[in-house]
Amino acid sequence: MDFLRATTWAEALRMKADRPDATPVQGGTDVMVEINLDKGRPAALLDLTPVTELTGWSVESEHVRIGAGVTYTRIIAELADRLPGLAQASRTVGSPQIRNRGTVAGNLGAASPAGDSHPPLLATGAIVEAESVDGLRMIPIGDFYTGVKRNALAPHELIRAVHVPSRRGPQYFSKIGTRNAMVIAVCSFGLALDVHARTVGTGIGSAAPTPRRAVEAEAFLAENWSPGDPEVGRRFGELVAAAAAPIDDVRGSRDYRVHALAVMARRTLGWAWEEHRRTS
Amino acid sequence: MRVNVTVNGAPMTADDVWPGESLLYVLRERLGLPGAKNACEQGECGSCTVYLDGVPVCACLVAAGQAEGREVRTVEGLAPGAGELDAVQEAFVECGAVQCGFCTPGLIVQAHSLIAAHDGVPADAEIREHLAGNLCRCTGYEKILDAVRLAARRKAGS
Repeated sequence: MDFLRATTWAEALRMKADRPDATPVQGGTDVMVEINLDKGRPAALLDLTPVTELTGWSVESEHVRIGAGVTYTRIIAELADRLPGLAQASRTVGSPQIRNRGTVAGNLGAASPAGDSHPPLLATGAIVEAESVDGLRMIPIGDFYTGVKRNALAPHELIRAVHVPSRRGPQYFSKIGTRNAMVIAVCSFGLALDVHARTVGTGIGSAAPTPRRAVEAEAFLAENWSPGDPEVGRRFGELVAAAAAPIDDVRGSRDYRVHALAVMARRTLGWAWEEHRRTS
Repeated sequence: MRVNVTVNGAPMTADDVWPGESLLYVLRERLGLPGAKNACEQGECGSCTVYLDGVPVCACLVAAGQAEGREVRTVEGLAPGAGELDAVQEAFVECGAVQCGFCTPGLIVQAHSLIAAHDGVPADAEIREHLAGNLCRCTGYEKILDAVRLAARRKAGS
């Protein structure tokens, strides 16, 4: 195994072009687990932590551009007002030590269906900024997840940033786990209301081969925009559950996940409507 | 490969480091600092918690090469001098917050980071949240919470 240490973004892109088999590493909260437990041994590690171009975020018109080196701790501390859904999901990641190191870009690189940041990214319609020596590519989040732990990145591409639309209404995230910390989601759900357009975005985690939206549930709510209506909430929950394709595994059964998704969708919608009522 | 890292204020060098090696392994096996403990090796237990550039992290999840040129502070580096204890360590001793002791170094570093960032005494919910990534399999959590509150009260009162 080789250890490649990029000190600038340009150098990182060149290194990745020369060594497409290198695994990029930021916080190491996924990559190092694989190595420590001998589940996989990358041909090379490409350390991106010295690349200072990745460690900032900026507000750009309607969205926030989050550099690939921004940790969950910083998202919670600095972006909860603009990106409440992503901040809520970030709070459920691992433990303080993990949140001090882990990044949304790492979550995207790993592309686990259980990654906590995926539902809010889907619900808000985020865009992944990927780059290689051949140029820049903006990948809509809906096209990014291609399979279990697979994503749309080319072998010589790196994630530079993720663009997350700023809130346009209440956003909520809900996650099922066995305790209140250090939990890989049994299943999870993210929701973002756009109170101006009267639409909702959704994201389902850990209940299909990839994170995915509940497209029919979104369409139903847009057509039946009646804040606080319990029957609409119930049907919304059913449609979210119907959009999932979970399996039985060590963390939970298929049936449990389907049921839990219906409950989480109904509840998060209720919370969002309640917040909308209070603030409008 | 060679890794240069400042540990507890002293510049140190580790040679023949395997590129996939963790900072924890370098500290324990190459630099003679066994305070941070090796348990789960997957970030679940917090026994290996150390400061990296002032931020508490699981040393098992930091690739050794990522520590190049950076500053690490381990449980061995908390006390002001030889034969002395840091206030958090003292509180753990007084409260009996140590049973088998294996989780203690990680808990002390993590509790130290909480108290350092606080002027007053943190609420219990905040203490629990801050220590959520540190497992004590003797399940001695009540005494651990007592120790954190004691250390925080003393700092607030001083």
